[in-house]
Amino acid sequence: MIGDSDIAALLERLCPMFVLLDETGHIKNVGPTLQKLRTDQEMPGQRFLDLFELLRPRTVTTMPALLASAGAKLHLRFRDQPQTALKGLIVPLPGRQGAVVNLSFGISILDAVRDYALTSADFSGTDLAIELLYLVEAKSAAMEASRTLNLRLQGAMIAAEEQAFTDTLTGLKNRRAMDHILERLLRAGTPFALMHLDLDFFKSINDTLGHAAGDHVLQQVARIMVEETRGDDTVARIGGDEFVLIFKLLQDRERLDSIARRLITRLEEPMPFGGDLCRISASIGTVLSSQVTQPDPGTLLQSADLALYAAKRAGRACHCFYSQDLDQNVDQNRVPSRANAEPEA
Amino acid sequence: MHGLINRAIQSFVCNTYGQSRWIRVTEAAHLGFVEFEAMLVYDDETSQRVLHELCAELGRPRDEILEDLGTYLVSNPNTEALRRLLRFGGVSYVEFLHSLDDLADRALLAVSDLHLPELELHEHNPAEFTLTCYPGLPGYANVMIGVLRAMADDYGALVMLHHNDSQEQTETISIKLIETAFAEGRRFELGARAV
Repeated sequence: MIGDSDIAALLERLCPMFVLLDETGHIKNVGPTLQKLRTDQEMPGQRFLDLFELLRPRTVTTMPALLASAGAKLHLRFRDQPQTALKGLIVPLPGRQGAVVNLSFGISILDAVRDYALTSADFSGTDLAIELLYLVEAKSAAMEASRTLNLRLQGAMIAAEEQAFTDTLTGLKNRRAMDHILERLLRAGTPFALMHLDLDFFKSINDTLGHAAGDHVLQQVARIMVEETRGDDTVARIGGDEFVLIFKLLQDRERLDSIARRLITRLEEPMPFGGDLCRISASIGTVLSSQVTQPDPGTLLQSADLALYAAKRAGRACHCFYSQDLDQNVDQNRVPSRANAEPEA
Repeated sequence: MHGLINRAIQSFVCNTYGQSRWIRVTEAAHLGFVEFEAMLVYDDETSQRVLHELCAELGRPRDEILEDLGTYLVSNPNTEALRRLLRFGGVSYVEFLHSLDDLADRALLAVSDLHLPELELHEHNPAEFTLTCYPGLPGYANVMIGVLRAMADDYGALVMLHHNDSQEQTETISIKLIETAFAEGRRFELGARAV
């Protein structure tokens, strides 16, 4: 028959967090690692349930009840600070009074190694604690690297989107951006006015003075349109010399007409390029979102296009509002689907 | 080659020789970028090109540079996380040496696509060991010599290392342990975390 001290010596080497209890539930021996958690108080002599609070099973408050829970997983924690959580298993000593409790940290190990300055020597050679700590650190380092990559990719995605929505020559929004904005406004039911602006005599600039002059003119046109609109408005270049302006929350025909005419006046001011003066003009068609009963981007653009065509027919440098009569007078020779063209890739 | 390895080379060059020299290397190697991403995988050929240009830029032989890289990985505060992970291998230098058998598996456990060559330690007597580096990563043995030397300092041990002439692709390193407690060594607390 082996004595208590032999058992203690054996357990010390196998499970450094064991507790040997007598029949009254008082601590007779503890493993060195467990004692290290409370260096200021001698554990032997204390009542086990005074030192630890049993969280599961909850009803256990006496030694017989504790012994009855043999085989079940115990969840407990220190009653004093730091209230490190522990897991445990109790086994009654065969043929005598008393029991052995083996404790371990479970997931609280991460805090425990820091709180109690534990080292690998404090764990049994078969304990996976060190491997767990290794894994937590290795995974944290790998996650951090992944997070950095994700942040950089997100930044790159935002930059790419920004680029995808911008006309690189003029810095204005492009056709795709305009489609998005139109859809958003229509979905929210926000009233707005849409102007379709087409430059007049632009082709002859390209033909006679070259593409550099054409590009220069387009950049000046873009600058003028941004200057003549509010920050909330949208100015987009949707084709070679075609532009769309969207005025959020603006339905006042008089104001829209004055904006259109001021735009035309400013665009007609000769633009110097090299030694030449470039002269262009513009025709504008405008539609109000309220003019279309079931507004969708295609219908709106087509209506603005009809108004633009009416303006062109009225002679260059004109501004026309869309009206339902225009629908009936659609010229068979023109291509009505122009405003419905597929968005640029 | 895994981004972590490329990133290690980048970190070593930037912190030891300065960023401008690293940028020169990336340009000479026609990388088209300056920063390797730690969590992406690159062509082996790309990494070899970088190493080749690095040798030209620094005017030093490849073996020497790789040894310094190994030392850097363990001793530089920038890569403290790696030193800590290696220190989990054991409480003494000898235990650490024995843990190298598991290094490839440990790396896989942390990053599932990081394949390092297998290592195998043979103990001839308590003070003499041979570390066999199996093929898979050219120059790995050179890096390991740097790592072994720096880890010896970390544990406070005094060792002599010798890179044996390689038989085909498998390389061996002879390790002679002169003293296990030669110096104080650096502290290692389980509970501390690398930033």
